[in-house]
Amino acid sequence: MHLMYFTEQPMSAYDEHAAEEGVTALLFSNSNFDPVAGSQLYNDRLTEYKLAEEVGVDGIMLNEHHNAPFCMQAKCNIWASVLAGATERVKIVLLGNPLPLADNPIRLAEELAMIDMISGGRLVSGFVRGGGTEQLATGVNPAYNRERFEEAHDLIVEAWTRPGPFRWEGRHYQHRVVNPWALPMQQPHPRIWIPGVLSRETVVWAAKHRYPYIALNTTIEATKRIWQTYDDAAHEVGYDPGPENRGYLLRVHVADTTEKAMQNASQFMWMQGEFTGLAHPVWSNPAGYASPRNREALVEVMNGRRPPPRAQSFDNQIENMQIIAGTPDECIRKLRTILEETRPGILALWGNDGRVTHEDSMRCIELLGTEVMPALRDMGAELDLDGPFDSNPPVSIAYDETARARAASSAAASGD
Amino acid sequence: MTNGYSESIIEVAGLPIQVRRGGDGPTVLVLHHETGNPGWLEFHNALSARRDVILPTLPGWDGTERGDWMRSVRDIAAVCALLLDELGVADVTVVGLGFGGYVAAEMATANQSRLDRLVLVNAMGLQPEDGDIRDQFLEAHADYVKSCFADPANFTALYGEEVSTEQLVAWDANREMTARTAWKPFLYSQTLPHLLRNVNTPTKVIRGSEDSVVPTTVANQFVELLGDAELIEINGGHHLESDAAESLAEAIVG
Repeated sequence: MHLMYFTEQPMSAYDEHAAEEGVTALLFSNSNFDPVAGSQLYNDRLTEYKLAEEVGVDGIMLNEHHNAPFCMQAKCNIWASVLAGATERVKIVLLGNPLPLADNPIRLAEELAMIDMISGGRLVSGFVRGGGTEQLATGVNPAYNRERFEEAHDLIVEAWTRPGPFRWEGRHYQHRVVNPWALPMQQPHPRIWIPGVLSRETVVWAAKHRYPYIALNTTIEATKRIWQTYDDAAHEVGYDPGPENRGYLLRVHVADTTEKAMQNASQFMWMQGEFTGLAHPVWSNPAGYASPRNREALVEVMNGRRPPPRAQSFDNQIENMQIIAGTPDECIRKLRTILEETRPGILALWGNDGRVTHEDSMRCIELLGTEVMPALRDMGAELDLDGPFDSNPPVSIAYDETARARAASSAAASGD
Repeated sequence: MTNGYSESIIEVAGLPIQVRRGGDGPTVLVLHHETGNPGWLEFHNALSARRDVILPTLPGWDGTERGDWMRSVRDIAAVCALLLDELGVADVTVVGLGFGGYVAAEMATANQSRLDRLVLVNAMGLQPEDGDIRDQFLEAHADYVKSCFADPANFTALYGEEVSTEQLVAWDANREMTARTAWKPFLYSQTLPHLLRNVNTPTKVIRGSEDSVVPTTVANQFVELLGDAELIEINGGHHLESDAAESLAEAIVG
């Protein structure tokens, strides 16, 4: 198994009355931002990430949001660069760069290549479409989100793998010279993982590329449905997916006592309550961003006809194990159920959020690394949950000759 | 012919354009708002009493087929100009409502020979010298459309006490078309003001006194740029064709 540590990097250092303005995320004024506190929080995170490596996590997962008090990472490549130099062993897992936000994917390819080389080949380069709100926060047209995602991906992979110079004349990107000097250390290119939560199209796209899909804090039942969709698409292109194709992000806060753990875990509600985060009904799904087949349900939410999703209570989320909190033993017992039910080869533990103190965050990381993760590794071995770094599958379908031969043979047999 | 107008499909640039047409007299092309074409209204009836009114649904709006290639307001203007070619009409008065006014202005900059008059009603298309064009992407569809009416009763008359889910879906799809064609800069052009200087088609620039979408300065800017334009103000909001159907029709025809 590949076991990662994650925090959303919340910026909770603002006047507690500021939230009474009644707006969230996108329009929550940055006059509430305190750069001095921000500096402290960034450096606390660095200390925590270094501890995570020290106590044995396999990877540090990073992400990116914009105009979002729940996430201080405006550019995940910045943190990845810091960790490339400040750590020695952990994988640096970006989940990920929001490709449609890039007007110059070549530059992104260069940045990622530099991170991969500086880290000595430890980069996992995840890509995302970015939340709907991100499009508004960065002025990017939501109607072309998927087109830009797919084309930027194709261009980056091409820039990494095809000897330059060459020319790219695409729909959104035109580069008359593609010839980036910096190239990734990992060959043929760093692993690409695709995180997500809602979009069926993205699950299918990831499966067809043979990229692991990381389900972000979905319920056990929703996760199983995602795997079914993924498996069906994988079979179409000629391979049988396994745990190495499946990742899961879960909120898990560990403390020395149950009471302390529950108290800190309740902070996970911070971004679902005070800040509705990604789930603001209008901004999270600007027109054209989501699949047309979801349009009816989405407009009803946006116009107040249905309650927004992700509004479950803390108790409910504890009950259905979307949030796990407790002592190491209590968490391990629940995580066994998660592993048995969802069978991921990649597991990200989202340890700390909201106003959890640096001290408590450090203790949580220590307990995760020294007690919870060793138990998870044993379970992973028992349940045959190999991750991509155990079984070393091809980085993509383009490098899986067996799958492509099977797909071709199957197509020939069906007369396609 | 139903309710004083007929419906037909005219193919332009590979797209089936839905066209409503009614009335007699000189031809008037009416281009609808970015929120969509709500159909043949009292306004169109009033206009068609003295004019041959052509009301197309812009391709991609209200469930009609969209051209994936159509990615600018200038593309829409080209489609509308080609529609006039297909219909074989000349000496046309082009009436643009809001976003439709942006399209109409683009049409005029490309070719004035077919145009007799231009009527820009609460038109978008120019960067306001003061204020901004309202950002509908920050608010729910029904809230935005309500804000387009000075009199809420006119909104209710058109969409009912409770807007249907079907209408909400249509507004979202229309909003997507707005994004596809006018996202950045948002609902205005940086080149249009330069091109408008050579447009001398007689133009009426009509402004609703309570337009909450397009700042009032934009109408003045159109008048200053155009060679032969007069400014008219009518009481009502952005959807002046609903708030002031009769007086708007009269202003256009008179």
